[in-house]
Amino acid sequence: MLNILEVKNLRKKYPDVIAVDGISFAVKKGICFGLLGPNGAGKTTVIEIIEGITASDGGTILYKDQPINKNFHKETGIQFQATALQEFLTVKETLKLFHKLYPHPAHLDEIIQECSLENLLSRDNRKLSGGQRQRLLVAIALINQPELLFMDEPTTGLDPQARRNFWNMVEKIKLRKTTIILTTHYMEEADYLCDEIIIMDKGKILASGEPKKLIAAHFKEVILELPENEVVNGELDIPIKYELKYGHYEIYTRDISSTLDLLKKHNISLDNLKIRSFNLEDLFLELTGSELRS
Amino acid sequence: MIARILAVFHARNLEFVRDRGTLSWNIMFPVIVLFGLNFVFSAGERNQFKIGVLTNNPVISEIDHPFMDIRYINKIQIVDQDAGLESVRRHKLDMLVDLDGPVIHYWINEESPTGYMVEKILLQSSKDEFLKGVVQGKNIRYVEWLLPGVLGMNLMFGCLFGVGYVIVRYRKNGFLKRLKATPLQAIEFIIAQVLSRLILTMSMAIFIYIGASFILETRMEGSYFVLLLVGILGATSLISMGLLIASRVSSEELAGGLLNLMTWPMMTLSGIFFSLEGSPEWVITLSNFFPLTHTLNAARAIMIDGATITEISFELMILIVISVVFTSLGAFLFKWQPD
Repeated sequence: MLNILEVKNLRKKYPDVIAVDGISFAVKKGICFGLLGPNGAGKTTVIEIIEGITASDGGTILYKDQPINKNFHKETGIQFQATALQEFLTVKETLKLFHKLYPHPAHLDEIIQECSLENLLSRDNRKLSGGQRQRLLVAIALINQPELLFMDEPTTGLDPQARRNFWNMVEKIKLRKTTIILTTHYMEEADYLCDEIIIMDKGKILASGEPKKLIAAHFKEVILELPENEVVNGELDIPIKYELKYGHYEIYTRDISSTLDLLKKHNISLDNLKIRSFNLEDLFLELTGSELRS
Repeated sequence: MIARILAVFHARNLEFVRDRGTLSWNIMFPVIVLFGLNFVFSAGERNQFKIGVLTNNPVISEIDHPFMDIRYINKIQIVDQDAGLESVRRHKLDMLVDLDGPVIHYWINEESPTGYMVEKILLQSSKDEFLKGVVQGKNIRYVEWLLPGVLGMNLMFGCLFGVGYVIVRYRKNGFLKRLKATPLQAIEFIIAQVLSRLILTMSMAIFIYIGASFILETRMEGSYFVLLLVGILGATSLISMGLLIASRVSSEELAGGLLNLMTWPMMTLSGIFFSLEGSPEWVITLSNFFPLTHTLNAARAIMIDGATITEISFELMILIVISVVFTSLGAFLFKWQPD
């Protein structure tokens, strides 16, 4: 079995919007698979349909080559984007509650260690910080030793330290060969964690594949970033493609040395010039557009 | 299945017991009501006599007899003689009188001083021939009649709001959605909620009952076991009502409105504070639709009259039917998440 999950022609329509518009994809066993897209792209709907939380309007979902059956919830874990926990319970009591809901749960001590919850066990759920709470939610999702783990925008609202900490935890989960389906709109996160991605918008898949291959397929150039104030008279006049973005020029080129020569000829200082490759965020904006969504 | 039910049951119990504010209020509220009403109504329990007039005429003021003109005597129509005599026996009526016919037939309770007084007034009201009947029965203090009502009221609030409101909150904040992603089944979740609430409300009711009966020295003529059974079935039927209301609603405001729609008619028509005796027939008929009415009728029959399980079997059957129907409907209609 190569694919642990296959989604074919999945559709979901709400009264005012088509949330999922006939998408198909397959998730290979053991990888971290990213569902990327702007807010409202349909990522959460896709995950909730697969999880059986939301009913679809059509399409097929195969788990281990079979239609989803009652064992699916025993073998999968999910971390929802927004989940409340029972009030007045400690972290340990919450873990014990979910531990008893599964027929073959993992040892709690292992989960606690993996999610770095040792020092929080007696703390009331309501008194956890954002990052601590997300670690607890992941711990709950891991209790049944899932073969397939869903994580729906797990780092939204976390500070940079908490986010990095969270990524380290996901890395550890990846080492267990657990397949992860991660939705996020942080491209840096997807770049760091995901082996394969799909980029969605308005219920459709715009691109799919390995992040580096996707970038390579879409962009042949590199970017030279030149601060706007380095340009005399405030206007860049060169015969190659460039754009002014957020206080600097982005010059796109396949031939770095001849472009640098060209800039020198125009008496432009190269002291603060930066050279970088296209990244996932560039691809994302290229595909989904950079205009503000209503 | 059992392990999953016990896990949810245990977690819900912890949540309730640690919510000190709610727990304290659940205990203090009935105690305040019980002692407050006892204080108010025990000092000079009634300021006028109350007699039952045995007649088929619903407008008893049309009965032509000098006794009917005497003021400060509250006269109510009694159609069923046996029911009227039972009220005299219980001191709920000071006298039952039949003014139709050439001989005025009346009944009083030998142990009632107010019965003695109202008899004197009747005999001096006319020169008719009178035929006296006598019944016996101890006076029932208001607090003895009130205690089952207050315990029932506490069960009602605890069961309806404690289940209905909590499930709606779980649904609204996404906790139910999280549980749905586990192997937990809806019926398992519902059974756990019913058991948790049943044990918690019954524990509080027993605690309050023991304290009140010890301090107020209330009577208990029947079996504690049968009373416990009535309490369990009454609480289960009320919990099932709460479950049904909460089965699909995801707005706490709407749930609050629906729960109030259930509780207020029961508060006023199930005989928590006052007997419905003498109320219009439609009120009595309506009150029979409420599980609390049957719970209180059965509890009072046990505590005051020493009724056996056979004598209250009709009430028990109704409570069982309500529990089964409402719980089944609640489980069938149950939704894990908002629309």
